[in-house]
Amino acid sequence: MTRRASIAVTVLVAIACVLPFVVSNYRTFQLTLVLVYAIALLGLNILTGYNGQISLGHGAFYAIGAYTAAVLMDQLGAPYWATIPAAGAVCLVAGFLFGLPALRLEGLYLALATFALGVSMPQLLKYHHLEKWTGGVQGIVIAKPEPPFGLPINPDQWLYLFTLAVAVVMFVLGWNLLRGRVGRALIAIRDQHIAAEAMGINSALYKSLAFGVSAMYTGIAGALGAIAVQYVAPDSFTIFLSLVFLVGIVVGGLASISGALYGALFIQFVPNVADEISKAAPWAIFGLFLIGFVYLMPAGVAGAVRTLLVRFTRKGAK
Amino acid sequence: MDAFIHQVLSGLATGGIYASLALALVMIYQVTRLVNFAQGEMAMFSTYIAWSLINAGMGYWPAFLLTVLFALALGVVIERVVIRPVENAPVLAIVVIFIALLVILNSATGWIYSYTIKTFPSPFPKEPLFGNTYISSHELGAIGVTLVVLALLYVFFRFTPLGLAMRAVAQNPESSRLVGIRVGWMLALGWGLAAAVGAVAGMMIAPIVYLDPNMMGGILLYAFAAALLGGIDSPGGAVIGGFAVGVLENVLGAYVIGNDLKLSVALGLIIGVLLVRPSGFFGKVHVTRV
Repeated sequence: MTRRASIAVTVLVAIACVLPFVVSNYRTFQLTLVLVYAIALLGLNILTGYNGQISLGHGAFYAIGAYTAAVLMDQLGAPYWATIPAAGAVCLVAGFLFGLPALRLEGLYLALATFALGVSMPQLLKYHHLEKWTGGVQGIVIAKPEPPFGLPINPDQWLYLFTLAVAVVMFVLGWNLLRGRVGRALIAIRDQHIAAEAMGINSALYKSLAFGVSAMYTGIAGALGAIAVQYVAPDSFTIFLSLVFLVGIVVGGLASISGALYGALFIQFVPNVADEISKAAPWAIFGLFLIGFVYLMPAGVAGAVRTLLVRFTRKGAK
Repeated sequence: MDAFIHQVLSGLATGGIYASLALALVMIYQVTRLVNFAQGEMAMFSTYIAWSLINAGMGYWPAFLLTVLFALALGVVIERVVIRPVENAPVLAIVVIFIALLVILNSATGWIYSYTIKTFPSPFPKEPLFGNTYISSHELGAIGVTLVVLALLYVFFRFTPLGLAMRAVAQNPESSRLVGIRVGWMLALGWGLAAAVGAVAGMMIAPIVYLDPNMMGGILLYAFAAALLGGIDSPGGAVIGGFAVGVLENVLGAYVIGNDLKLSVALGLIIGVLLVRPSGFFGKVHVTRV
């Protein structure tokens, strides 16, 4: 990271820390969700953007994470912060296991299999033998965490700061993972998997690992999301949730870390505005944006920002 | 035993619908090597058009015919306008375009017709045919319509010059272009035909599952399973796969895993087939040269 970039990131984090104290509680809640989505999108981007494995079913891992958190809190009375690593671990395993058969599937077929996973997830969550834990169609209600140590802030602000801390950790981890040897291996497999193998990259291992790590990110986001909305139910995890994530990474920018943040802002705030036009409007707009971005801006918002920055700094250097 | 026969027969009826939709998927796959995720929503949209026509006072069969023609045009337009520019793009871009089509059609329908569930008429009599107790006349009619559609397609592809040209394009686009076949238009026509077949499937399933913008989600999944089971590049296989999936879904749903996990049958089939026998039962095995 260049010096300028690290200053920018520090300023960004500082602003993010101050934000909940200057905006309303509802906005704080929305911003919490933005952070949650950003983690999920980073996860999907590791898999689809960097490794080129298309997943149309990441909502399923988000659901598994959310349910892990909810069931742990509801059945075992686990503290909310302890459910985050648990959800991450469960999804890491789930993703790795789903990633193993996915090794044999390429491109379209993987998209198909993950699409099937996304579509059938709500039904699996409603499965009546699991009802004792999952609450069936009704879902589970979770209590809102109180700020610890008697901090003089309200629960919304605390939850935001907690999510921000997790997000910062996940982004730093992701950045470290992707900038080095592993990241290069993932990209090499995406671009030329035969050449990558010829150079000694264990393609099967990296691909299933990418699946696991990606699911872990999304699962952690799911757990945080469940705590933030204080409720999980099967019908909040339909295939459209998975498609929202796809919209997020395409709009934000494939294979870009900052893209996850742009994408999260987009999927959180655009439907809010569009909802005022019609119930169907958000998806119509999502669809048009998807087509528009594929045709005109394949690198997404992150790509556009990069291009602008380069142009801007070059001019400044003259 | 009676209940079992009933399950199998009504499985065959829904299976026929899966078979039509699977056939539509295979038709597009054969000419473009792509799996159309928006196939179900295209069928759903066409079915809504049929609903409007019937509600405007048109008879069932004229509305049926007009809808099929509309779907044909819709398919051609979508291919020409939306798919053409990304023909040679990476898989991810194409999948994203399909998903975009899916959500646009879904939300457009919701916008125009609202999300409330509507009933859709059946052209067949209410009381069961021949006094049998196993199968309703709509189910029997749906099987009949499916078989007629299949026969028509077979005749079209086997005995008409246009059908021959389309098969040629599917097999070898470069050589087809050299002998003067307009490859681009054949692709568009393939999309149109697939959309038309899908529209028939939509109109046949709508009286059973009712009309609503999300009605095709599960059905598309079964159609995927059917197409993969039969072999994604084999039209005959897709049809057999469709019937097989319909029966399997019903029998497993009734006796083994319960109705609330039916969709997981499709998930299991899709992953199972892709892992064990990716070319399906009747498909060609693909060998890639490295």
